[in-house]
Amino acid sequence: MTTLTLAKAVNEGLRRAMEEDSKVLVMGEDVGKLGGVFRVTDGLQKEFGEDRVIDTPLAESGIIGTAIGLALRGYRPVCEIQFDGFVFPAADQIITQLAKMPLRSLGAIKLPVVVRIPCGGGIGAVEHHSESPEAYFTHTAGLRVMACSNPADAYTMIQDAVRCDDPIIFFEPKRRYWDKAEVDLAAPGLPLDRARTVRQGSDVTLLAYGPMVKTCLSAAAAAEEEGRNVEVIDLRSLNPLDLDVLVESVTRTGRCVVVHEAPVFSGFGAELAARITEHCFYNLEAPVLRVGGFSTPYPPSRLEDHYLPDLDRVLDAVDRVFAY
Amino acid sequence: MTAEAPRGADAPPELIQLLTPEGERVEHPDYDIELTAEEVRSLYRDLVLVRRIDLEAVALQRQGELGLWASLLGQEAAQIGSGRALTDADMAFPTYREHAVAWCRDVDPVKLLGMFRGVNHGGWDPYEHNFHLYTIVIGSQTLHGVGYAMGAQRDGAESATIVYFGDGATSQGDVNESFIWASVFNAPVVFFCQNNQWAISEPLEKQTRIPLYKRASGFGFPGIRVDGNDVFACLAVTRKALADARNGLGPTLIEAFTYRMGAHTTSDDPTRYRVAGELEAWKLKDPIERVKAYLFKNQLADQEFFEKVDAEADALGKDVRRRCLELPDPGPEAMFDHVYSGPHAMVDKEREQYLAYLASFENGTETGTGR
Repeated sequence: MTTLTLAKAVNEGLRRAMEEDSKVLVMGEDVGKLGGVFRVTDGLQKEFGEDRVIDTPLAESGIIGTAIGLALRGYRPVCEIQFDGFVFPAADQIITQLAKMPLRSLGAIKLPVVVRIPCGGGIGAVEHHSESPEAYFTHTAGLRVMACSNPADAYTMIQDAVRCDDPIIFFEPKRRYWDKAEVDLAAPGLPLDRARTVRQGSDVTLLAYGPMVKTCLSAAAAAEEEGRNVEVIDLRSLNPLDLDVLVESVTRTGRCVVVHEAPVFSGFGAELAARITEHCFYNLEAPVLRVGGFSTPYPPSRLEDHYLPDLDRVLDAVDRVFAY
Repeated sequence: MTAEAPRGADAPPELIQLLTPEGERVEHPDYDIELTAEEVRSLYRDLVLVRRIDLEAVALQRQGELGLWASLLGQEAAQIGSGRALTDADMAFPTYREHAVAWCRDVDPVKLLGMFRGVNHGGWDPYEHNFHLYTIVIGSQTLHGVGYAMGAQRDGAESATIVYFGDGATSQGDVNESFIWASVFNAPVVFFCQNNQWAISEPLEKQTRIPLYKRASGFGFPGIRVDGNDVFACLAVTRKALADARNGLGPTLIEAFTYRMGAHTTSDDPTRYRVAGELEAWKLKDPIERVKAYLFKNQLADQEFFEKVDAEADALGKDVRRRCLELPDPGPEAMFDHVYSGPHAMVDKEREQYLAYLASFENGTETGTGR
């Protein structure tokens, strides 16, 4: 076992992926000498050279567009979008090209492109550096959307994402980059499209992904002191959704709260709530509740603690789901 | 510079031309090209056949057999000239109008028609032809082409990439980004801009104040304007640019100066925004007539040859029409195929449920759900 931060775990995962397959490339802004603004690609250019770890011009559409071209030529590019709020110039290439080209070719083309996006708030950043744009991408058929929440998953998930022949949007919870955990570098991870029950419980199910998994685990620990037995599921894969694990859990607990940082309205939680309601209707003791961001743009950082779901807001929702 | 000229304008643009509209051969010191009689006849045949395919496609659309068609009328020389300059190992990235380049890359014209008929969104194997799928979003493919060229560069391959786009596309961010990438990475790519003067209803001056080929110098690579209705010049200029790319000299922008003789697509009505006189002037510069005149004047082809090509074109038109009408509609399950490269829990489930729903009408049980 090795102690790694989440950022270092992604770094190690990328290193392994690049060692394993010479077609794997890393590309993005400042990913070379600097090692990325979060140091996720630290040391990779030194080890693998400038042809494989490519400092690109400062244009996100160009990063994704040229990555598509490189993938057409047999490469497996891992693109870094520096911050969540900067992915939108690349949205056209991701949505109209990356997601749809394999189908357009009737399967002749595979686009094994990974788009890494540090996501979420909680780091006191300026505007556009704290967003949670996952629903834009889960809504786009042809993409797989992943969100890692801890170092061990980050290490295996990034490697599995690189090996996958489909385009993947890979969210990394930036405020958890410095969280440390023991990682077994030899252990295989859970398959890429599987959810994980990270805490077993019998009274209520919390569904979370990325940065909110830790928040939900803290809330579950606090709830236990109040005598509530809370189950926490880390989705890991948002598209496809590992629905069976979710349905099995809520069928058992009868209550469900969905937690994410993105605005609740039209957020990914709406999809989860709808699916849980459809599949667990006769077992539900209460409607599926959602905790998330408000219907406002992400606030200035002095207010972000109000915007971001925290332990108390999750516990409040747990109380409400028991009040029915 | 006259007082009326826009700021920054300098010498009038030079147009590379090797064959005049009257069919006279012109020499150019940088773009000498030796073509045998057989090669010229072959180019002529290509030009005539692709015009015939295009004509047939427009007719098929008018008869309700295609949802849409983007005619290449007037741009045959730009496309055949550049398409014939490619080697087998070179790669081409088209827009949705490069039917003649597709012809040069041996893509069955019926596959192009299938896309506009709506049986699929593409459907040819880009790797089989080294001809990428049509891209409808304006300019997106320029980045794919540059990325592909960067891959070829990393592979050490003897392969250049040509990227097609139009005058309207030059305003797109992606096209400008692709210029930057190509320049910074010295990518083996040729940017082939067919300036057909119109982006649907918007004339060139809505996109640029300088000749498009001059844009290249700001990005750090050469730009050339070629007579896009002169198949010899398009062949010579593209051949040189491709060779430069293969030899590590980096990108070139070629502006093929031509004219969109038809509508933007079959949904468009150019009488609303352009004058007939413009069309008449460009008719005199027709890309096919000048090759015919050249062949005649130099006694490189006789009447029998031209009649034979016309007959071949008619037969091709009939064949393409017949096979287009025979294209089967895909089964509903096709919608779910190839969205992902392998199993995908949600798509697989929806396929199963929808087929069960359809089957419920067949057997009267109606047990499936429509989702």
